[in-house]
Amino acid sequence: MKNTTCLKLSIIVASLFGFASATPAQRDAQIEVNTGVGLGNTPPIWLSLSGFTDEAAEVIRFDLYVQGFNFTNAEAAQYLLTGSNNGNVQGQLSDRFNKKAMLGKSYTGASLRRQAHALADDVVEAITGTKGIAQTKIAFKVNTGANSEIYVADFDGHNAQAVTHDNTIVAAPAWVPGKLALYYTSYRLGNPDIFYQDLSTGQRRAVAQYSGLNTSAAPSPDGSKVAMILSKSGSPDVYVAEADGSNLKQLTKTPEDESSPCWSPDGKWICYATRINERRVLCKVPAAGGAALRIPTSGVSNPSEPDWSPDGKWIAFTAQMGDFEICIVPAQGNGPATVLVSGEDPSWAPNGRTLIYARRQSGRYVLSLLDVPTKQVKDVFRISGSDSQPSWAK
Amino acid sequence: MKSTKLTYLLVLGLALTFAAAGCKRKPVNVTPLPEPRAGTVGGEGPSTLPPGESIKPGEEVKPGGLATTGLEEFENMVADRAALAAQTVHFDYDSSVVKSGEKPKVEAVASALKSDSAAKLLIEGHCDERGTEEYNRALGERRALALREALAKLGIDPNRIRTISYGKDRPVENGHDESAWKLNRRGEFILLHPKA
Repeated sequence: MKNTTCLKLSIIVASLFGFASATPAQRDAQIEVNTGVGLGNTPPIWLSLSGFTDEAAEVIRFDLYVQGFNFTNAEAAQYLLTGSNNGNVQGQLSDRFNKKAMLGKSYTGASLRRQAHALADDVVEAITGTKGIAQTKIAFKVNTGANSEIYVADFDGHNAQAVTHDNTIVAAPAWVPGKLALYYTSYRLGNPDIFYQDLSTGQRRAVAQYSGLNTSAAPSPDGSKVAMILSKSGSPDVYVAEADGSNLKQLTKTPEDESSPCWSPDGKWICYATRINERRVLCKVPAAGGAALRIPTSGVSNPSEPDWSPDGKWIAFTAQMGDFEICIVPAQGNGPATVLVSGEDPSWAPNGRTLIYARRQSGRYVLSLLDVPTKQVKDVFRISGSDSQPSWAK
Repeated sequence: MKSTKLTYLLVLGLALTFAAAGCKRKPVNVTPLPEPRAGTVGGEGPSTLPPGESIKPGEEVKPGGLATTGLEEFENMVADRAALAAQTVHFDYDSSVVKSGEKPKVEAVASALKSDSAAKLLIEGHCDERGTEEYNRALGERRALALREALAKLGIDPNRIRTISYGKDRPVENGHDESAWKLNRRGEFILLHPKA
């Protein structure tokens, strides 16, 4: 009798603390190409939320929505997330279809907001198997009229703080992968120059200070190199250098204006916008040097501001066709471009499915988040002025 | 006796564990989150990141070996925006081609530089609001460079000319129609005189 009770108990305990080892119904967080589902056609994961109130509830809803979840009542949802935020956040997640509890956790420390983000991340990971983005950071430009500054914030726009006070024009912040550091452009020294700033100390140094334009710094995925646009040779071209700007190498030599370099996640290619025979196109060039190849974007025109997805499969970019549209195209060039939502200047989250971008609203920019598979969008919490040129920390 | 007590304790223990972990589904995993430290990105409040420290103009670029190429000879000059303000060149949408109708302005700028051999020139390239930001920054630079090339063709040494692009950050007209946009798609000439 003892043995039977022990066995029953261990089964119950095991199932309560079991994680995503049992197959969740919708584990797939990646974007499918040819299944007919994906690229804005994927239905959301349905979840029922109860017990949370006020800010904690808002945070959990926001975080889950921009990662492809949506909310319904407990009779219709597959997943039930119940909990409370009375003093601290705690939550229990269960799968109603498969009749099992998936997690039960309580959070302490930091702030209620942060605890709610941590719960959202744990829910996303339990259901999809991939890491959530609720505790990630963004950098962006805040334009307050004549001048602009670089800001960093939580991915949802909260806890924003300025990291420059240059009282001039700044542009194009880019997070260094895995580091608390940014590259950005500032006119602080009377010219658009590229700086590297260590965010934990505030120390910064110029990385490119050549005559003409120095802008659009893009660190390589391992952080050892940086691509940038320099016009020192007479036309804006793609260059690559060591992370500190030394050992400069010119990768493109066209009379046209190249812009917005971005790296493939394997560090082998740099994609950028340029012009061929009067037509604006996307190209890629080997980071080690070599011939450039065109990346076709059939179905849309005037591509710019590309960003390569973390899984290497997609390039998100802006297409300017009267209005501005966020689009994606297979990075291998073997498929047409797909228009997703109105906006410009996309940057991928580390989860490879959420994009942050800027959209025009009443004469200024606001930042917005898009879950690519479900096309669910949410505006980021507004800071002030016009917020644009977002870069997601990875 | 002992075994009954033991059994009782065991059952009690199991029951409590069962109650705690099972039936009422109370969470037992407690995740403590780290308190924000200075230097942590976006801690929980405004002052946890130091702002970028000031950079002194003229500071040598690190690492050693990289010079601030090409700009030293433009330092310590006085800018005169008015002298060539009438020669601002306008461009077509999404283009850096210097139109033939604008060539007389370029010629006037060339004359001014030829008649004052100590003067240098700063060309500012600008765009209208309709492009995306980094694309416009590159296009503005391309416009300024196109004007420098045009001046070079008229015999002006390109080393006397510096370019700077402001993308769409510095419009002259704030309207949202073509009458404003066409004024913003421009190259401005700023004459530079050596300080007396």
